[in-house]
Amino acid sequence: MSEKKRRFVFTPESTWEEMPEGGLILDAGNADDFKTGDWRNIKPIWHEDKCKQCMLCYPVCPDSSIEVEDGKMTGIDYDHCKGCGVCAHACKFGAIDMVDEAE
Amino acid sequence: MAIRDKLSGNEAVAVAMRQIDPDVVAAFPITPSTEVPQYFSQFVANGAVHTEFVAVESEHSAMSACIGSEAAGGRTMTATSANGLALMWEMLYIAASSRLPIVLSVVNRALSGPINIHNDHSDSMGARDSGWIQLYCEDNQEAYDSVIQAIRIGEHPDVNLPVMVCYDGFITSHSVENIELLEDDKVKNFVGEYTPAEYLLKRESPVAMGPLDLQPHYFEHKRSQAQGMMNSKKVILDVAKEFGKLSGRDYGLFEEYRMDDAEIGIIVLNSTAGTAKTVVDDLRDKGVKAGLIKLRVFRPFPFAELGKAVSGLKALAVMDKSDGFAATGGPVFADVRSAMYDFAKDVPCINYIYGLGGRDVRADDIAKVYADLGEIAKTGKVSSTFNYLGVRE
Repeated sequence: MSEKKRRFVFTPESTWEEMPEGGLILDAGNADDFKTGDWRNIKPIWHEDKCKQCMLCYPVCPDSSIEVEDGKMTGIDYDHCKGCGVCAHACKFGAIDMVDEAE
Repeated sequence: MAIRDKLSGNEAVAVAMRQIDPDVVAAFPITPSTEVPQYFSQFVANGAVHTEFVAVESEHSAMSACIGSEAAGGRTMTATSANGLALMWEMLYIAASSRLPIVLSVVNRALSGPINIHNDHSDSMGARDSGWIQLYCEDNQEAYDSVIQAIRIGEHPDVNLPVMVCYDGFITSHSVENIELLEDDKVKNFVGEYTPAEYLLKRESPVAMGPLDLQPHYFEHKRSQAQGMMNSKKVILDVAKEFGKLSGRDYGLFEEYRMDDAEIGIIVLNSTAGTAKTVVDDLRDKGVKAGLIKLRVFRPFPFAELGKAVSGLKALAVMDKSDGFAATGGPVFADVRSAMYDFAKDVPCINYIYGLGGRDVRADDIAKVYADLGEIAKTGKVSSTFNYLGVRE
């Protein structure tokens, strides 16, 4: 994905004077700034050995958390995965297990 | 040369809107504000404006459409009253927090119940914490002038907040009075083009508005919104000064009437100020040092300015045309008295709730308030802080 220059990057330290007013979002894809993975209470575990790279999990993830490089799955973005389990359900090869976040 | 005319308050506001020629007006009729979109829709039908008029099915939809239009980058106006304003409620907050400078004429009417179509301030007073700037107008001239100024105030980059222009239902909205209008081109030049920094239809740099905003950033956005309101005070005065040069009519945060050496005074909003000024004149003729402050800008609240303005009095009464049901007086009283704690702690200050549901407010009623104040000034004793004026008991 080409990296476009961002107009504003939100961080946990952003002050009210710096932030765009009115909750305005100036850049496409700024959800990347917000680490929402801590909402999760069950967690997908990817077994690379069982994965056939069929890409059935990738389009069903509601949060773009299946990491892909050069057409191949490389892992899971735990900063944004909310543990919905749709990927595990879509996988026909048992390559994704859902486990308790506490484990 | 200014144009002399005779117009009702609603007609005057509709004429101001024609001269402003906003991109969008989305409105739903409700007494006594109905005439504003009614007159304006005639201007649209006659091709006198280029405005897109959106006839919606409720006030909630009216404000929602205004938000969408303003967010898209269009200058947007509307009008409502009473329960119409109440139905807009959740959208009022969204307009303000999204920093969208919509201009709304609130033709003040009693909020149900019991159902009543006549004037008091219970509608706009309830919206005082919604984040909108609130301007209050004594007559049709002030309503006309304030609607034009409201565009410039709200759209100022230091402010970016919606503005309510409030004037009294029927008393001002339907009474025909003499008025001086500005020429169309002067108004057009004064308001200029709406050029927001960011808007949804900006092709070269698209943005998103109204996102979910949780614990990490919501508070910062509200702090920023509060700054817009704080900044607006200076902008209101700057715009008033510029408008004064154009029109010859002066506006401030409030008007002081015969306050220079006044010993007793009242604070009042909207049309009652006209009645009260004649009472002040009568009292002055009798040698009573009476004065009056007509509050024009209620949000932002002119805390220090108002506190200082009443600091020389021996007694003050705050007139509330709505009951906040705090059981401790009306909303204007609460804010005025809070300012006095810092600037006029020793001035006795009492509250009158009056004129609810269009109950007539006569010169005699106001004279009674000044008589009560005269007694307090003489004795230094307040027998009753919270009072109702003109109710049968």
